[in-house]
Amino acid sequence: MVGIVGYGTQIPRYRIKVEEIAKVWGADAPSYKKGLNLNEKSVPCPDEDTATLAVNAARNAMIRAGINPKDIGAVYVGSESHPYAVKPTGTIVSEALGACPYVHTADLEFACKAGSEGMFIALHLVKSGIVKYALGIGADTSQGAPGDALEYSASAGAAAYVMGADNLVAELIDTHCFMTDTPDFWRREHANYPEHGGRFTGEPAYMKHVSGAVRAILEKTNIRPEDFNYMIFHQPNGKFPVQMALKLGFKEPQFRHGLLTPTLGNTYSGSSPLGLAATLDVAKPGEQILMVSYGSGAGSDAFIFKATKRLDEVRNLVPLVRKQLDEHKIYLEYGQYAKFRHKILKPE
Amino acid sequence: MEVAKHWRETPERYRLEAGKCSKCGKISFPGRLICPECGYREFVIHKLSGKGKLDTFTIIRTAPSGFEDLAPYAVGIVELEDGIKILGQITDCDPETLKTGDKLVAKFRRINEDGKTGMIYYAYKFVPDVGI
Amino acid sequence: MRDVAIIGIGMTKFGELWEKSLRDLAVEAALKCLADAGTDRIDSITIGCMTGGLFNGQEHLASLIPDYLGRRNTPAVRVESACASGGMAVRAAFMEVASGMSDYVLALGVEKMNDVSGDLATAALATAADGDYEAFHGINFPGLYALMARAHMEKYGTTREQLALVAVKNHRNGALNPHSQFPMEITVDTVLKSAGVADPLCLFDCSPVTDGAAAVLLTTVDEAKKLGKQPLVVISGIGAATDTIALSQRKDILKLEAIELAAQRALKMAGKTIKDIQFAEVHDCFTIAEIMVIEALGIVEPGQGGPATAAGLTALDGKFPINPSGGLKSKGHPVGATGVAQICEAVTQLRRQAGKRQIKNAKTALTQNMGGSGGSCVIHILEAK
Repeated sequence: MVGIVGYGTQIPRYRIKVEEIAKVWGADAPSYKKGLNLNEKSVPCPDEDTATLAVNAARNAMIRAGINPKDIGAVYVGSESHPYAVKPTGTIVSEALGACPYVHTADLEFACKAGSEGMFIALHLVKSGIVKYALGIGADTSQGAPGDALEYSASAGAAAYVMGADNLVAELIDTHCFMTDTPDFWRREHANYPEHGGRFTGEPAYMKHVSGAVRAILEKTNIRPEDFNYMIFHQPNGKFPVQMALKLGFKEPQFRHGLLTPTLGNTYSGSSPLGLAATLDVAKPGEQILMVSYGSGAGSDAFIFKATKRLDEVRNLVPLVRKQLDEHKIYLEYGQYAKFRHKILKPE
Repeated sequence: MEVAKHWRETPERYRLEAGKCSKCGKISFPGRLICPECGYREFVIHKLSGKGKLDTFTIIRTAPSGFEDLAPYAVGIVELEDGIKILGQITDCDPETLKTGDKLVAKFRRINEDGKTGMIYYAYKFVPDVGI
Repeated sequence: MRDVAIIGIGMTKFGELWEKSLRDLAVEAALKCLADAGTDRIDSITIGCMTGGLFNGQEHLASLIPDYLGRRNTPAVRVESACASGGMAVRAAFMEVASGMSDYVLALGVEKMNDVSGDLATAALATAADGDYEAFHGINFPGLYALMARAHMEKYGTTREQLALVAVKNHRNGALNPHSQFPMEITVDTVLKSAGVADPLCLFDCSPVTDGAAAVLLTTVDEAKKLGKQPLVVISGIGAATDTIALSQRKDILKLEAIELAAQRALKMAGKTIKDIQFAEVHDCFTIAEIMVIEALGIVEPGQGGPATAAGLTALDGKFPINPSGGLKSKGHPVGATGVAQICEAVTQLRRQAGKRQIKNAKTALTQNMGGSGGSCVIHILEAK
């Protein structure tokens, strides 16, 4: 039996409202808010990046896990905004946690699915018996081009999971993947902002892969939608995951706790992992959770977890997701936001 | 190129590792070869809690080069639960609202970078301990 | 140990001296000093300079300066202790004369700071802090002194106005000094309305970036008497001390231990107490520094530096004049030259040659020069015999 031993998150304190962005571009804020089910998004402080969010989230995960950092055998950081093009984020995280030097690490990239990939690898590596504990982290300080629809949603945050075979807070029931080569969203080397296929990102991309993974894992495990207490899908906006969930036979109470996008935005690699963390924050022992990520390019990883008794014992050792999301927010004006995100041209 | 110079400080900057004198128990941060209290030369690694309260601070308005984009920002001396004081930036706050005595906690943050193409320097900074 | 006298002093103007190089400044101060001394003899040279390397890309002043002074074969050494380099160079010269090693030693302080941008000058100065555990975190010297200022204000009730009054007083004195970089009078408002640098310190709480040099010629009292020097100015006490380089590692950041200890040592050597001293030149790199230094010297009780300044104790006509020259604040602060320039001022006063800023009946003086946030300090006691 393998699963989650500890989990932790980090969400920046700064926020910008949809209205504040729309005002600058002459866009219609109400239609964005309604169309995307999005009110505001998190913005990283200039001294935060994927590495810092990953470390701070992982430290929280380690507190809940209560393990010796030297027992971590692997660290995987998934992101589309690794601070370096060449030089791992994973070494920074491993060093900061005190896991070095007997540790395997890799940086992963698969658009918004990179975080769940790390979780997937960590779980199966533990299951294979090669390592005692492994960390899977999804972290991003994602970029949306100024004025582009993505600017309203691209946000920052991280979730980290310590996977192991004992002292579980959630037991892994099963996993399943669904992947094809579907170019709905990309960023070329040296490009500052990603580009996307507009409406092509919907039906043939997000919808097809998420539903493909869901159907496959349900069939494999012989579990029905109504058997889940909770479910989390990747949340590029507040609309896609809701439409998809309802279409697949899930109901609002199942996705209510994990749907963070309306006030968080899309944290890319952190998105569904953060939704899972928010769900673990409320889940009771024995309850079943379905999590399905989505990464453009394109693919989905599906996971089924079952909460254990230990979850109640360690939950309040570190801040809950809703607390990080709802409390002590600092709102930015667009000018400050542009400065924070290095969108203002300065002399070299 | 200050790669080695930064890398050498990794235990202190990434993990807040201090040295605790094996004889008198005095904690030194950064670690030293000679205890400033009793002169003893053996130490054990002591991981600082990172939690403490603000002893004194300033708001830097005219920033040193490399820090201009952060100004105005706060730098303070923090008295840690471990009984020692360390200096660091206080981030994630409106510096104008800081007060001495405020509870703070260390987080892992970017401190500076060697230009747009050089090394990124990470270390501890402090944030208000508001439970997030 | 032989008794040591100062027989010559010389200073350049302090300021932005665009047309003068590091070597030009050094030579000018040395020549003025020799002219003042009325002798050409130099057996050895000590040079105080914080960082010719960072300001001018020039180290090895121990060769450069004798060479350009026309003393190619004279032994020389550079002494470095950040902003206390000048005072430490005088101390080194004193030891050479007192020990019998050399009879005539020139102590020269120089810093040419305006060859780099303000940014780089601040960065160069920041190397006097703990590089890995202070400067690394984005704090500079105004910031470090601001940490002390806030603590002082909160513990003792020192006010923003009292800090400003240090600058007001020093500019009033500096306006009477022909060497001053900023010889203009200012008001409390000038300070309080100046740009914020590091709360609670503003631009006018800070000493400026300055080019300048100063030199003193030391010999034995016996030699000085032979030359007929009158009044004879002697160095009767020297004390030096150090403290932690990082401000955060002090047990009490309001206690300038190096200054206290250096003062005790210098006064003991001179056989005096602080009550025997009539005036002092102190290291007012920031307004708060002067307040804390006069407390550390024992001129006022801890916490009383602000009220004493406001009450006029330290004014030119006060009971204990501080910085009759205008101090670092108004006269300027070419870091390596500062400690030597303080001694030039004390000698000028003791010789009763200070003109409008002359302190009446000046006979005993103290000069206090410190490095960093008080990590090193050297104090001289001077007497007119």
